[in-house]
Amino acid sequence: MAIFNLTINGEKHQVDVAPETPMLWVLRDHVKLVGTKFGCGIGQCGACTIHLDGVAARSCSMPISGVADQKITTIEGLSKKADHPLQEAWIEHDVPQCGYCQAGQIMNAASLLESNPNPTDAEIDAAMNGNICRCGTYVRIKAAIKTAAAKMS
Amino acid sequence: MTLIRTTYNRRSFLKASTAAGGGMVLGFSWLASCTPTEAEIKSMPEAWFDINAFLKIGDNGIVTIMSPNPEIGQNVKTSMPMIIAEELDVSWDDVIVEQAPLDTQKYKRQLAGGSQSIRQGWQSLRMAGATARRMLLEAAAKQWEVSVDELTTSEGVIKHEASGQSIGYGEVASAAAGLEVPEEVPLKDPKDFKIIGTDRKNVDGPKIVTGEPLFGIDVQEEGMLIAMIEHPPAFGMKMKSLDASAAKGMPGIKDVITVNTAVEDRQWSDTNAFTELVAVVGNTTWEVMQAKKALKIEWETDTAAESTDGHDKELDRLLGQATKKAARKDGNPDAAFKNAAQVIERTYAAPFLAHNTMEPMNFFANVKEDSAELLGPIQTPEFLSKSVSSILGIDEEKIAIGMTRMGGGFGRRLYGHFGVEAAVISQKVKAPVKLVYTREDDMTQGTYRPDYKVTYRAALDADNNLIGFHIRGAGTNGSPVFANRYPAGAVENYLVENHNKESNISTGAWRAPRSNFIAFAEQSFLDEVAEAAGKDPIEFRLELFDKAADKPVGERNDYDAARYAGVLKLVKEKSGWGKETSGVFRGVSAYFCHNSYVAQVVDVVMENNAPKVQKVWCAVDCGIVVNPMAALNQIEGGIVDGIGHAMYSALSFKDGQPEQNNFHTYRLIRHPEAPLSIETHFVDNGIDPTGLGEPSLPPIAAALANAISKATGERLYQQPFITDKAMLG
Ligand code: FES
Ligand code: FES
Repeated sequence: MAIFNLTINGEKHQVDVAPETPMLWVLRDHVKLVGTKFGCGIGQCGACTIHLDGVAARSCSMPISGVADQKITTIEGLSKKADHPLQEAWIEHDVPQCGYCQAGQIMNAASLLESNPNPTDAEIDAAMNGNICRCGTYVRIKAAIKTAAAKMS
Repeated sequence: MTLIRTTYNRRSFLKASTAAGGGMVLGFSWLASCTPTEAEIKSMPEAWFDINAFLKIGDNGIVTIMSPNPEIGQNVKTSMPMIIAEELDVSWDDVIVEQAPLDTQKYKRQLAGGSQSIRQGWQSLRMAGATARRMLLEAAAKQWEVSVDELTTSEGVIKHEASGQSIGYGEVASAAAGLEVPEEVPLKDPKDFKIIGTDRKNVDGPKIVTGEPLFGIDVQEEGMLIAMIEHPPAFGMKMKSLDASAAKGMPGIKDVITVNTAVEDRQWSDTNAFTELVAVVGNTTWEVMQAKKALKIEWETDTAAESTDGHDKELDRLLGQATKKAARKDGNPDAAFKNAAQVIERTYAAPFLAHNTMEPMNFFANVKEDSAELLGPIQTPEFLSKSVSSILGIDEEKIAIGMTRMGGGFGRRLYGHFGVEAAVISQKVKAPVKLVYTREDDMTQGTYRPDYKVTYRAALDADNNLIGFHIRGAGTNGSPVFANRYPAGAVENYLVENHNKESNISTGAWRAPRSNFIAFAEQSFLDEVAEAAGKDPIEFRLELFDKAADKPVGERNDYDAARYAGVLKLVKEKSGWGKETSGVFRGVSAYFCHNSYVAQVVDVVMENNAPKVQKVWCAVDCGIVVNPMAALNQIEGGIVDGIGHAMYSALSFKDGQPEQNNFHTYRLIRHPEAPLSIETHFVDNGIDPTGLGEPSLPPIAAALANAISKATGERLYQQPFITDKAMLG
């Protein structure tokens, strides 16, 4: 076990865990932020997507020891009042079905729009390829990303 | 306006606050721990008045509506309360929705399955709203000393035209709550619906996009431990010995135990291959996962170790022989085939599939000496309650079951063994536990969609009339063929035979059971028969519907030929069927299941030798559409799901062991493979609503296969269509 100091959604947290513990479980079990979801545990589904210094990362495959002082953002901290353009677009398009994958989808899309504010269909497909939606909401996700992109530009 | 008799038992009207006299009341702080949405904070009333089991009204007119059925992403948590709100005649903005706990005395059918929630809840939900409205009217009439007939309502306000008086529901709620339940209540004429038929957003949407705890896996309770199970690595194996010494000594681990989860008083939902399990219990998920890896378990063979190769051979063998008894026989099929000018015969096959809900199986249980609380994602809470009662030896009255939002169901959560496992583990370790499956646990201990094969034969006469039809199906734990579905009833000489292959691999309902395969076979085959007969595939199908409508063969045909033909005609018109675009290849398909009719046209283009779906047109007849925006979501989801599994997904077995255990080897459809657009049209016929969660999935595979065959010149007979083993990174 070891002590780690983390900055999550702008707040400081201290946890005492084994260094190889993935950030996913640090967030869910220790910090009690459960918006970040467990889907596969092997970096294949994107349900666990968070941001490290603003860039999307798969928290299930990211040991806490590798995070160092990078700033962590989770779905709970993406915006203060649920008003990130992607969150609003998700509501506008009524995207979720079961909803389980959607935090990961939104976090991944937010990182995409950070680096590419006006992505084409093909760029959205490529960037979102790692985020599975078992309910099949892909068509709406793409539409919502475009709505958010338009709003942000 | 129609009058219906109210059919409540007295218990439905007991106040929620006094319900403890009957069943247990859930004491979970977790359920209430989610931060309220803005709408909820908006104007919390000083007092609530329980009008009936489905709704309570605040003194300020805010209404809380209980959503009775489990929510798996089919959006009933929004659409069922909409039906109540409609008859109650309140503004949707004044409604707060809560998930009801399990209490079938109050809520009757609390099950998510068979696309039946809306269809079967339709009358009782309308009645709940209409009864409450009537009681509010009676309370106002009493207060004003006028007749109820002189009163009208609109958006939660009661008006008396003659005197110009008006009063809000909240102001008469207290008086209404004390009234006798009326024996008869009027229901609205569907043409007066103000909420039903309008787009209403998912009531959990704001919580989903902000990551609020909603799902079973998110449950956190005071003193809760995490549990995981280890099950045999292969079907047909059982545990021989366990050495847990290393695991027990690992950090955060409380105990390693063996449990037997075989339920004595078995419900149909107790389908499960593995009942002798090892359970690891500890403080956190990651620690328990590590200890699970450190278990030293010897397994031994118990029953046959089955493989996909062996299954294929056995299903082929079955297809090669007649059954003792026909599932359906009309006319003289033998003679028809003997006299045919042309016989077409094709065999179709599909593999096992895992459900792969995004949220892996999990459940929370807190079992005490003589009571138990369970909370989690379950499609069949009523059956879970019975199974848990049986295995714990605790009276059902002392078992409380709460339903969380589910990260997908698709049939997997009909089989509640994970709830039973959580209960047994909690009882043994004497602590509240949350059982969590890894993806590998989830995928290798399934209630899989069975592997299927089916042979279709068609006899055409010299004029290309379809004079004989023969279907012989075989599948693991049951044949996929429905004996009395289309084209039964449209062909004079008709034979259906069903073979069953028994297996120790556990199988169960997977979104649109049997239909999810047979629609592909049937609608691909009819396309080929149309081609052999030199007819347009839509015209060919419509001719058969005409026959089934005018002069049906046999009496047990379980579809309405006119409604079936209706969706096909609608999709034909909307897609502009018949127009050719260079480089774009079209396929069509139509299917009936879960009381609803769906027809689809698919446009495919070829990119780098791989098919890419450009557009799907979809026509749906599911009667009244309660919430069009959500209905479209279901239709789109079913289409994407159907395309994905037909194209990419398979679970295979070697010596009883699933060869895929996570998404690196089990391929699901991903963003780039989804259709660019889906255009859906609903038939507007005012008929009471029917199923919507499943019916759009079955036909799409055939529409796609028919389109691909146009592009490549080759028909597809085997799912998945793309067998390239290359995996996504
Ligand atoms: S849980 Fe991390 S990618 Fe699937
Ligand atoms: S909404 Fe269910 S997995 Fe995406």
